[in-house]
Amino acid sequence: MAIVAGVAFAAAISIQLSRDRWYPRDDPAREQILYVTSGNALQRIALSFDAVLADVYWIRAIQHYGGDRLSGPRAQTKYQLLYPLLDLTTTLDPYFNIAYRFGAIFLSEAYPGGPGRPEQSVALLRKAITVMPQKWQYYHDVGFVYYWRLRDYQSAALWFQRAAAQPNAPNWLTPLAASMLTRGNDRAAARFLWQQIAKSEEAWLRRSAERSLLQLQALDQIDQLEAIVQKYPVPSGEPHTWSSLMKRGVLPGQPVDPVGTPYILDPATGRVRVSEQSPIYPMPEEPRPVQ
Amino acid sequence: MRAVRVVAANVFRESVRDRVPYNLVLFAVLLIASSYLIGQLTAGQDVKIIKDLGLAATSVFGLFIAIFIGIGLVSKEVERRSIYALLSKPVSRAQFIAGKYAGLVLTLAVNVSVMAIALYVILAYMVWTEPPTIRAGWDAPGIDPALLKAVFLIFIELMLVTAIALFFSTFSSPILSAAMTFGLYVAGHFNSDLKNFERVVSSKTAAQLARGAYHVLPDLSAFDVKTEVVHGLPVTLGYMGSTALYGLAYVAALLLVSTVIFSRRDFK
Repeated sequence: MAIVAGVAFAAAISIQLSRDRWYPRDDPAREQILYVTSGNALQRIALSFDAVLADVYWIRAIQHYGGDRLSGPRAQTKYQLLYPLLDLTTTLDPYFNIAYRFGAIFLSEAYPGGPGRPEQSVALLRKAITVMPQKWQYYHDVGFVYYWRLRDYQSAALWFQRAAAQPNAPNWLTPLAASMLTRGNDRAAARFLWQQIAKSEEAWLRRSAERSLLQLQALDQIDQLEAIVQKYPVPSGEPHTWSSLMKRGVLPGQPVDPVGTPYILDPATGRVRVSEQSPIYPMPEEPRPVQ
Repeated sequence: MRAVRVVAANVFRESVRDRVPYNLVLFAVLLIASSYLIGQLTAGQDVKIIKDLGLAATSVFGLFIAIFIGIGLVSKEVERRSIYALLSKPVSRAQFIAGKYAGLVLTLAVNVSVMAIALYVILAYMVWTEPPTIRAGWDAPGIDPALLKAVFLIFIELMLVTAIALFFSTFSSPILSAAMTFGLYVAGHFNSDLKNFERVVSSKTAAQLARGAYHVLPDLSAFDVKTEVVHGLPVTLGYMGSTALYGLAYVAALLLVSTVIFSRRDFK
């Protein structure tokens, strides 16, 4: 009897495997369905298990973000569930600190690294502030989004000042707010902010900050390389190339970015940029000078 | 008192015979498997999720035990006609109800305690394997004694659900008792909405009816402090004490009503 049961079970598994091979049901549109859109309704349905449901939505948000980031170009649908999933997560568990911070960083990240929706980051962080108004980190994150993504230095300064006014806020927030108002385009300020985020206990947050610090390092190197290209111009009509600079002994070898991928030199203009093959591509938009 | 102890011990033995402790094995397997899987999926939130999962599983497993054993405590004895033999012994009907209730509460106490220990063991393992830099980012310590506050209130809630199931069991069939107990459990978690019903309805009568229902129905949402303890937020001893007292008073009321109903039943 046990053998027959074993055989029946094995048959069920093999039929399942064959069915999955012959009639696959991988429907991308199906994956995009959110099932329940109202966080408040979900909170009611969850009875006393809202925290576990929040964990489920948090895992869905991570899977959605990771899956879309690794998938090919699907600009129409990419990351479109990230905000609703994080919103549901934080409605079900309003103290889910990391969901707010994850949203702050990745919702605002430009496509293809993220959906490029800084206003959604700010909305999520404002929600966090209504629940935990004394956490300086959320005010700091709003300021960061205004500074790094929206290039609104006045608003960034205001949010850094608000962060500085919260209990246990670090003392570097007040001078940071002042520097936003005077030197908004200062790359050093951006580096300082990312260095603070790189101290986070969250590994993914550290990785994101480390990548941004490498991008800033690349921006410094690009400035230096473009200065060299301008200083040693090519004869009229000839293209700009690394080899011509190396032949003239200006550069010892082809310059590479902080992760070892060679920089691209535009033959016509002499502008230097990071290769699309580089792990730090695409580069962030440079801050603009304060008007 | 001795009669109550004997009945209670009998209920406990019966639950062991019914393989109720098997759920503990399932609980342990669930936690161990999820502690491994969750680490791969959750971007550093594994300890929070294990705490959520452990506390939710303690609550769900306890709820199933409370409902599915509670509803048969009296009605099964009546169906099997063993009630005649029992009541012919020197056991009063009040002692019978109290003993049945105490036996199931003892079963639940053992279950909840073992689950809490298993949860702490898993958390201790996670604390041991995580470096201090990661641990520093947790909202609350890995091995947090405050978790016991949530476990304690889950236990009181289960005591209340058991009393509800026993109450229905004294006059109704097991299926109907299960449906009504589960219905009251759901209503009990929506109860806090009834408190402020006047904000959503204009009728004063409807608001007063809702307010009355709020006081009559068990306020089960009050026993849920899982989110607070997992995030390291304060749950005062005053709140714990008053909620536990509310639960115990409600249990006492239900047991007394159950005794009255059961005493009036004619088994001739």
